[in-house]
Amino acid sequence: MDAIFLQFLNGLDKGGAYALIALGLTLAFGTLGIVNFAHGALFMLGAFCAVAFNKLINLDQVVLDPVLKTAWGTPIEIRTPYVETWFGDFGAFLINYSVPMSILLVIPFMLLVGVVMERGLIKHFYNRPHADQILVTFGLAIVLQEIVKHYFGANPIPQPAPDIVSGSANIGLWLGLGENVVYPWWRLVYFGFSAFVIFSVFAFLQFTTFGMVVRAGMRDRETVALMGINIERRFTIVFGLAAVVAGLAGAMYTPILPPDYHIGMDFLVLSFVVVVVGGMGSLGGAVAAGFLLGILQSFASMNEVKSLFPGIDQIIIYLVAVVILLVRPRGLLGRKGVMED
Amino acid sequence: MTKKTSNIATRRTILKAGAGLGAFALTSGVAPLHFIREAHAADYCNKPTGKTVTLGFNVPQTGAYADEGADELRAYKLAVKHLNGEGDGGMLSTFKPSVLKGNGVLGKKVAFVTGDTQTKSPAARASAKRMIEKDNAVMITGGSSSGVAIAVQGLCQEAGVIFMAGLTHSNDTTGKDRRANGFRHFFNTHMSGAALGPVLEKAYGKVRNAYHLTADYTWGWSQQKSMKESTEAIGWKTTKTVKTPVGAGDFSQYITPVLNSGADVLILNHYGKDMVNSLTQAVQFGLRDKQVNGKNFEIIVPLFSRLMAQGAGDAIKGIFGSTNWNWSLKDEGSKAFVKSFGAEYGAPPSMAAHTCYVQTLLYANAAEMAGTFSPVGIVKSLEGFKFDGLGNGPTEYRAADHQCFKDVLVVRGNEKPTTKFDLLEVVEVTPRSQVEYDDKMLGGSLGPVNSKPC
Repeated sequence: MDAIFLQFLNGLDKGGAYALIALGLTLAFGTLGIVNFAHGALFMLGAFCAVAFNKLINLDQVVLDPVLKTAWGTPIEIRTPYVETWFGDFGAFLINYSVPMSILLVIPFMLLVGVVMERGLIKHFYNRPHADQILVTFGLAIVLQEIVKHYFGANPIPQPAPDIVSGSANIGLWLGLGENVVYPWWRLVYFGFSAFVIFSVFAFLQFTTFGMVVRAGMRDRETVALMGINIERRFTIVFGLAAVVAGLAGAMYTPILPPDYHIGMDFLVLSFVVVVVGGMGSLGGAVAAGFLLGILQSFASMNEVKSLFPGIDQIIIYLVAVVILLVRPRGLLGRKGVMED
Repeated sequence: MTKKTSNIATRRTILKAGAGLGAFALTSGVAPLHFIREAHAADYCNKPTGKTVTLGFNVPQTGAYADEGADELRAYKLAVKHLNGEGDGGMLSTFKPSVLKGNGVLGKKVAFVTGDTQTKSPAARASAKRMIEKDNAVMITGGSSSGVAIAVQGLCQEAGVIFMAGLTHSNDTTGKDRRANGFRHFFNTHMSGAALGPVLEKAYGKVRNAYHLTADYTWGWSQQKSMKESTEAIGWKTTKTVKTPVGAGDFSQYITPVLNSGADVLILNHYGKDMVNSLTQAVQFGLRDKQVNGKNFEIIVPLFSRLMAQGAGDAIKGIFGSTNWNWSLKDEGSKAFVKSFGAEYGAPPSMAAHTCYVQTLLYANAAEMAGTFSPVGIVKSLEGFKFDGLGNGPTEYRAADHQCFKDVLVVRGNEKPTTKFDLLEVVEVTPRSQVEYDDKMLGGSLGPVNSKPC
């Protein structure tokens, strides 16, 4: 029972990441009709915003030790972050909370990246076949990866969670389960954060005038344009919003998975499967499929399951995708007519 | 007094005649081959004919191990510099017995070409092939993966050039996949297990239950087998062994079953990014704060690399592992190398860099000893070659399997690092005798040396 509960939690936080990336992918596809293979790179860029923010806030004053020397004879460097010198304990607090605070950098930066990407490249491929879109966005993803590798190296860079949430929560004691039911605080934070972002995106689209226009444009772009609304500009902003969602997902994931330049590609393929299972263009479907596949993947990794079906943990997502597409070709919540022409 | 004369040739006459004949033979080109350098193999693949000899450095320049590959390349460039008599000479002054003089190799200046393995066997073989066929490399070296090392070693055997392996830790490289043209300076998983066993017994006792998470490929299987054998030999029980996909990223679904397994030790048979991720996440799940069977839960990482340890941050503190070499060693060879490397690049060398630097020197010395770059000559020089002054104490290249035998380092993640490089502390230098094994134990056979023309 404890093991099942823990795997369920694993599935929720894994599903949270899948859902966030798939949500961004679906936004771009639903509004602009673009199959964006660079979306994983946007997740990666968000993660490296957190790394850059950490480096920025840790900019330090270097003093050479007058006595101690390195093994190769140069003086040892003593480094003190400027924020600690200037602000004392508050400076240490800023460093400790660098990951959640990096959101302040992620939102404007990713919005800018999204808008520039859409205006500078993607818009030239609106009327081209999906194969062209896939090629150009995949190429862009590789370029972005190589740029990040050039500046940050190929090794993963650890990003610690704030001290207060760096340990694990004894959920077992709260719920009257065994004492072995513990779960990392930051993963719980991540799940809560994913739920908050998903809810915010839905609320934005559902309850604002801007969202109403966008939803109308997703249904019938030409009619909305004929009413004198500049739908293209709104779709550009939505593309920027999709980039922000991917960036936020990436930045907050860094304490779970030390990011390297390839982190986006690791998620990309799975996220496309999530989008297809959820139904192309369906935001609700992307979220539902993200959590469903995350949970199924976690259960398939249980030793008891793997002893019955060896290797099932590595194929379960694709197996479920095949079954769902056979039974329901449009995916879980896919709309009629989307990618069916 | 009369001078005695005789028809019988005097000693002086014979010497004069001999010298005259020798001079004639050398100038006319009819000398027996064994009198001339580079002559006792009439022809072999990529025999250098000009003023330079070209070595091929095949390292990961892209992909997950690109940083490790960059450090390997730095070491190779430094070795070339020292061989050509530039810089401070590094380990050339501590390497014994050595016939290297810092004037190139066999009178030729050392040049090099590089290739990118991408840590993928097909790419590594393609770049090695290019260096052999187009750049005339007489020796290939480098790499950061056992799969790649085995693939490239096979290619070099077929092509008839020498392969001096870089970072490869699987038993198979000098076990079932050993080849006569290949040599490994790096230690292997059996040695890691043999070195770690007694240290773990001393630190954690004889009654323990170990749970293994293992990368699902040749190195992972090899490491798991060795650790299982060595821990069971000290009385530990193996609770479970679980294979994890390479590059899994999120290991949470593999770590949570450990919590309820009854195990009190987790052995992470992972390297590189997998090690960084699985260790970070195991610590996040509170495993190191946990008590099982009245004992503190412990985590072990059998193969540590300082470059990779940086990625795990504080998670490595207090964790036991093994390593081939560490920059903090105080022997003369290590000090000379660290000084030279640090002055050149502003950071200490990694264990991969050390291996690659040493392999280059060993190859060059073997060529000088043999008087030829011919694989037959190199193999003859290196087989059973005993040396010292290259950082691991007295060392030997065993003739039977071309595996290097030397002391092995058991390390622990430093609790209080003084610099960003000071991540591992050496807790024990395990003597060679403790990690040595019968050459037939791992299977395989070297076969004949391939010294044929390309």
